[in-house]
Amino acid sequence: MLRINCPFCGERDHSEFTYGGDANIAYPELSAPLEAWIEAVYVRSNPKGPHRERWQHSDGCRLWLIVERDTLTHAITRVEPARTAIPGLMK
Amino acid sequence: MSRYSALALLKHAITGRPWPRAWRDPAPKERYEAIIVGGGGHGLATAYYLAKEFGIRDVAVLEKGYIGSGNVGRNTTIVRSNYMLPGATEFYDFSLKLWNTLAHDLNFNVMFSPRGQILLLHSPDALDSAARRGNIMRRHGIAARLLDRAAMQELVPHLDYRPTARFPIWGGLMQPTAGTARHDAVVWGYARAASELGVDIIQNCEVTGFVRQGGRITGVETSRGRIMAAKTGIAVAGHTSRLGEMAGLRLPIESHLLQAFVSEPLKPLLDYVIGFGGHGHFYISQSDKGGMVFGGDLDMYNSYAQRGNLPVVRDVAALAVSLMPCLGRVRLLRHWAGVMDMTMDGSHIISKSPVDGLYLNGGWCYGGFKATPASGWCFAHLMARDQPDPLSVPFSLDRFARGAIVDEAGSGPTPRLH
Amino acid sequence: MTGFRLKSGGAIDRGKPLGFSFDGRTLHGFRGDTLASALLANGERLVARSFKYHRPRGIMSAGIEETSALVTIGSGARTIPNTLASTEELVEGLEAHSQHCWPNLRFDLGAINQLSARLFSAGFYYKTFMGPGNSPKSWLFYERFIRRAAGLGVASREPDPDHYESCEASCDLLVIGAGPAGIEAARVAAEAGLDVILVERDFALGGGLLQESEAIEGINARGWLLTRERSLRGASNVRVLSRTMAFGLYDHGVAGLVERLQPAAGVRERFWIVRAKRIVLAAGALERPLIFGNNDRPGVMLTSALRAYVNRWGVAAGTRIVIATNNDSAYAAASDIARAGIATMLLDAREDVSGPLPEMAKSAGVELRLGGVPVRAIGRQSVRALEVARIDGKAGETIDCDAMGMSGGWSPTQHLLSQRGVRPVWNETLAAFLPGEAREPVRCIGAATGIWRTDDCARSGRAAGAEAAHALGRSAPKEDFPAPGGWDYPIRPWIFGGIKGKAFVDIQNDVTFGDVRQACHEGYDAPELLKRYTTLGMATDQGRTSAVNALAVIAKLRGGPLDAIGTTTFRPPFAPVSIGALAGAERDQHLLPTRRSPMHDALVTQGARMLETGLWLRPWFYPQGTETVDEAYLREMRLVREAVGICDVSTLGKIAVQGPDAGELLDRVYVNAFKSLAIGKARYGVMLRDDGIVMDDGTSWRLGEHEYFMTTTTANAGKVMAWLEELLEMRWPDLRVAVTSVTDQWAGASVAGPLARDLLQALVADLDFSNDAFPFMGVREGSFNGVPCRIARISFSGELAYEIYVPADHGQELWRALLDGATARRGGAYGLEALGALRIEKGHVGGPELDGRATLDDLGLGRMASTKKAFIGGVLRTRPDLQRKDRPQLVGLVPVTKGEIFKGGSILCEGGNETGHGLGWVTSVTESPSLGHWVGIGLLKGGLSEWGGRTLLADDPIRGRRTLVKVVAPHFLDPEGKRLNG
Repeated sequence: MLRINCPFCGERDHSEFTYGGDANIAYPELSAPLEAWIEAVYVRSNPKGPHRERWQHSDGCRLWLIVERDTLTHAITRVEPARTAIPGLMK
Repeated sequence: MSRYSALALLKHAITGRPWPRAWRDPAPKERYEAIIVGGGGHGLATAYYLAKEFGIRDVAVLEKGYIGSGNVGRNTTIVRSNYMLPGATEFYDFSLKLWNTLAHDLNFNVMFSPRGQILLLHSPDALDSAARRGNIMRRHGIAARLLDRAAMQELVPHLDYRPTARFPIWGGLMQPTAGTARHDAVVWGYARAASELGVDIIQNCEVTGFVRQGGRITGVETSRGRIMAAKTGIAVAGHTSRLGEMAGLRLPIESHLLQAFVSEPLKPLLDYVIGFGGHGHFYISQSDKGGMVFGGDLDMYNSYAQRGNLPVVRDVAALAVSLMPCLGRVRLLRHWAGVMDMTMDGSHIISKSPVDGLYLNGGWCYGGFKATPASGWCFAHLMARDQPDPLSVPFSLDRFARGAIVDEAGSGPTPRLH
Repeated sequence: MTGFRLKSGGAIDRGKPLGFSFDGRTLHGFRGDTLASALLANGERLVARSFKYHRPRGIMSAGIEETSALVTIGSGARTIPNTLASTEELVEGLEAHSQHCWPNLRFDLGAINQLSARLFSAGFYYKTFMGPGNSPKSWLFYERFIRRAAGLGVASREPDPDHYESCEASCDLLVIGAGPAGIEAARVAAEAGLDVILVERDFALGGGLLQESEAIEGINARGWLLTRERSLRGASNVRVLSRTMAFGLYDHGVAGLVERLQPAAGVRERFWIVRAKRIVLAAGALERPLIFGNNDRPGVMLTSALRAYVNRWGVAAGTRIVIATNNDSAYAAASDIARAGIATMLLDAREDVSGPLPEMAKSAGVELRLGGVPVRAIGRQSVRALEVARIDGKAGETIDCDAMGMSGGWSPTQHLLSQRGVRPVWNETLAAFLPGEAREPVRCIGAATGIWRTDDCARSGRAAGAEAAHALGRSAPKEDFPAPGGWDYPIRPWIFGGIKGKAFVDIQNDVTFGDVRQACHEGYDAPELLKRYTTLGMATDQGRTSAVNALAVIAKLRGGPLDAIGTTTFRPPFAPVSIGALAGAERDQHLLPTRRSPMHDALVTQGARMLETGLWLRPWFYPQGTETVDEAYLREMRLVREAVGICDVSTLGKIAVQGPDAGELLDRVYVNAFKSLAIGKARYGVMLRDDGIVMDDGTSWRLGEHEYFMTTTTANAGKVMAWLEELLEMRWPDLRVAVTSVTDQWAGASVAGPLARDLLQALVADLDFSNDAFPFMGVREGSFNGVPCRIARISFSGELAYEIYVPADHGQELWRALLDGATARRGGAYGLEALGALRIEKGHVGGPELDGRATLDDLGLGRMASTKKAFIGGVLRTRPDLQRKDRPQLVGLVPVTKGEIFKGGSILCEGGNETGHGLGWVTSVTESPSLGHWVGIGLLKGGLSEWGGRTLLADDPIRGRRTLVKVVAPHFLDPEGKRLNG
């Protein structure tokens, strides 16, 4: 069981979360060239070792988190909210 | 090579003469015509077909640990060809044809047992979509039967047909020619036959880098020294991205964990391979030794650790007892995990790579075992002729850029959902 | 002579006799017995047959390492095969049966396999059973017999009648194993204030203390144990779980335990998921058997087991016992056995043992022989004598005995650490694998680390307890971890050259020394290869007693050091656990939630036949009398086409999209424009995935400047919601939009048919439903029975139709009002089947068409894509293969012969071309009462432009149907949309 320390809800089992893949992917503008979209949608670094990845606390606060986790040992070294500010609501 | 047969067994039993090595254990040479990285089912099959069908015998298979230490020795041994999409149907049909004669071809009993596989159907809509699959199979000469509830009850009476069943069984799609094989025997059989044809199988030989000359890959650096070859093929599913990275490639693959489970050995309880694909995945069969062999979904996060976590264990156990309620008292003996190459469309890659001299075989998601013979054949074809076999044309690396995706699940570019 | 109960001694309650049966014979034991101890006490020596050769087997151990005494417990639906007699707690009425033998245990025909044992060498089945011919049929034939011969016990085919539950817990320190080390670790940690869970597999605490007789730290062991147990059980910060096995350690300090409960609990087993900050493993060590001829004979046991039966259960396994050893531990065991009045001889392979150790044994009455090793046990169904040789190879003597002990050294139990990927380290001096370095806060202690002395075990426990306390910021008296070892003389492992007969390395799987030798010759000499080829270590005991011996054999054959060979990895569970326990209570109806619409009860009361789609129970059809679904849906369609039909659509996904950038979000997500949608209007939208494939469709309603009400398909409601959240948080954090799932907040119904307006006007008086005031695609908010409702005039059936939503609490009220109104107008309710049929008649796409592979153009919706704005999937949909003209595209299909039927899933092809993938397939069909024949839609290569008006075959070999169909436009009814505007 992975235990993910949600900054909003506290430490929870990973079964409360939905995995969202590599957090280092920068999605291009909607009208960006085809190559940029192919790279973002299809190509993965897939590292063996430290991995920045996205998890949604889907059975909790539903917020998205950036988690640093080792793909070999599963050790988690860092968890932070994906969205650090919500315009007009949270700075 | 001493030929395996009942008579040979008898002779050895009477004389007490020891059996020879199943495959040779040579030291690596400095140069080969072709190198296969990865001594799993696909790598060994590739070497075998290179030697047998394509006349290339100066081949080395390099294996980091012992042969068969990857997914070929960790899967749930199901062999089937109930694929629906163009490209996939033909490929797996060819694979099944090779399975049928594999024990003879290799002179090694791989125990391919086409006992029949049944996909459970839980709604009227599921019956229709299974009909499409079944029709495609039939039109390719692959046996398929659509079973109604009564037929299911007769074939597998101890599934849950009670009114309290969470997912009532409406029917099933059966492939009578599908079944299971003894996974380790496939490894050893290919290794022995390939070795006999002159292939060097080098265990405990880890590839640590590629040798490049003028933009071309001309060999590999290994824990046992540099080995040169005009052609290098990689067949290391689970770790394709890592080998790709050594060659400067970035691939449409994520590594995910798939767990597998086996119970204590029991007297025959289940003749068929049963599959469930509704809310979650579940599949189960009984091995010849008597263990119930079953599995479910991925662990759903990137991983290279060959061990899974409890949520999947619970989900799989819950599906097991919910579909086959007598399993509650059956005891789980062992569960383990393998690292899967999950691709962006759920289909594999057999392709030339963008780097000359390097060929790719990977991305098997969790369907690699049944593909072993066809995969080896097609990859050997590609490496020998520098042209893909028609069966592997749909599975080239550039299909993602072209949009020619082969997505049986219809799940889109999210590897873990396939 | 076989085993018997000693006159006194043991931790059994001789005042509490228990009756039980074995193979139908009624026997007696006492509370505190295991099934094995009771069987032994009753003189039952033969209890099982071996897996491959059906050799007679007895009881080999007194614990979890049992290789031989596997029996079936219970009968009927409560049958539990493959149960270890040595760990099964004796209870009144326990029913045990031998298994894997026919016709009976004593005379087992399967034993004939022993005669052809040389044929059945390691992996023989890989070398034969391939012919005649080269088809798999031959193997299928042989396999039938092999499958029947294999397996052990017989499982019931009836549903398991018992209940299981699961339980979640957290603690500071989880201590696994309640021997002296574990008990002390728990005590010290608890005294420092930690929240502790102490787990013991056995029904009694004490571990090794129960089986031994030494004092611990100068105190009588039983007294020490009693005091400790009482204080641990009394402490509020300690949970002591006996009969509980820690079967697996998972990531981040999570352990899986299974607790076996007493029958009175009403629950058979409880699955604990424990999240521990730190873990201490005190699982002890297991004695290894010795490898010699017939080392599997009933009566040949582990020495520690002989001792345990005497000390814990007051049972002697025989009257003349020979114990063969290579290490010191057998001396205390032999002494205990001799002191119980049993003639005991100790055969030590070592020649140079002197001093207090042999003196102690001799004074207890043990006859000591140094420098001797067993070569072969004599006796068929039970050991009668032992043939021994000198360690230097010289022939020895034959010693009469009726039971025998083996002591081949000890293997620390590190399965759980191995599960964490920690490789053990071979210690040559102790001839044992010791724990490797763990990266996680998991600490191994006691005999599990090769500490042999009881006092040292207790000390290591205190050290670990203190370590845990310090790590978690508590204070505790610091103690050093003692070093492993503790014997006077070094162990002398041996693999003897002159073994006679079958010498088993893996007793349970019948893998002999010869099998291992043969496998190594054949090249299967890596531990994992050996294991897979010979099945060594793959029995239900998972190689507990055979793994190290097998490595020793390989080392001897290969001539290298043992630690150069490598090891195999132990996988969870530590010992087999029932699948029912792992499933817990979340099975059957509780496997996944069943979702019910807010109108559910009203629908069911009305007689709806429900069907599960997704996880929702939805009304499939409303049978009248004995109507089948095929009859009912046609009638229901007519209600809609001729009067008014109502349908529960509460299951559609509903998302409130609110904020200044709500329109912008929808513009990016849908292929068509929404920012420009007027307030009070709805629009049908399609959204794509990143890869340009259609994800979902539905209508979104503009309720205000900054507010939209999005509806999704039932199937994709969750997916679309998560997708919007992901986009807003991960990609477009600058957008000022909030999305909220309101699926469960609104109950909704579709009201369709020529009388729909009339019906709604009667229920919602504050809105004007006239065509001018409430045009097609209009959205209005009004009130129904005083509660707010929202209504859009949208149609998937092609009729004049509305969707009306009210707060979920008022769903049934709305349904009943609609039903009354519809019935009064000669209309009524329609279900899913009719809903689907109505949309097929209009050529609207649904689930079978939105299969995750179709593009907008494939579905004939390409013209919806905006060219004025960018949207998700807009770039990748332009990839060349997604733009090909020969892609399967949506078409309508009608049978050439009006009365003919064709079905969904049929393959479309030209007649005479009935192999391969064909040209496409039929996705959805229905009988059309309006048209008087069947109609369908499908996806066809080249689509209407290539095939319009032409005839194709709908080939359905799996259902034995072939129908000629004509390709037409995919809207069959009222293509001009007159009815819509009626």
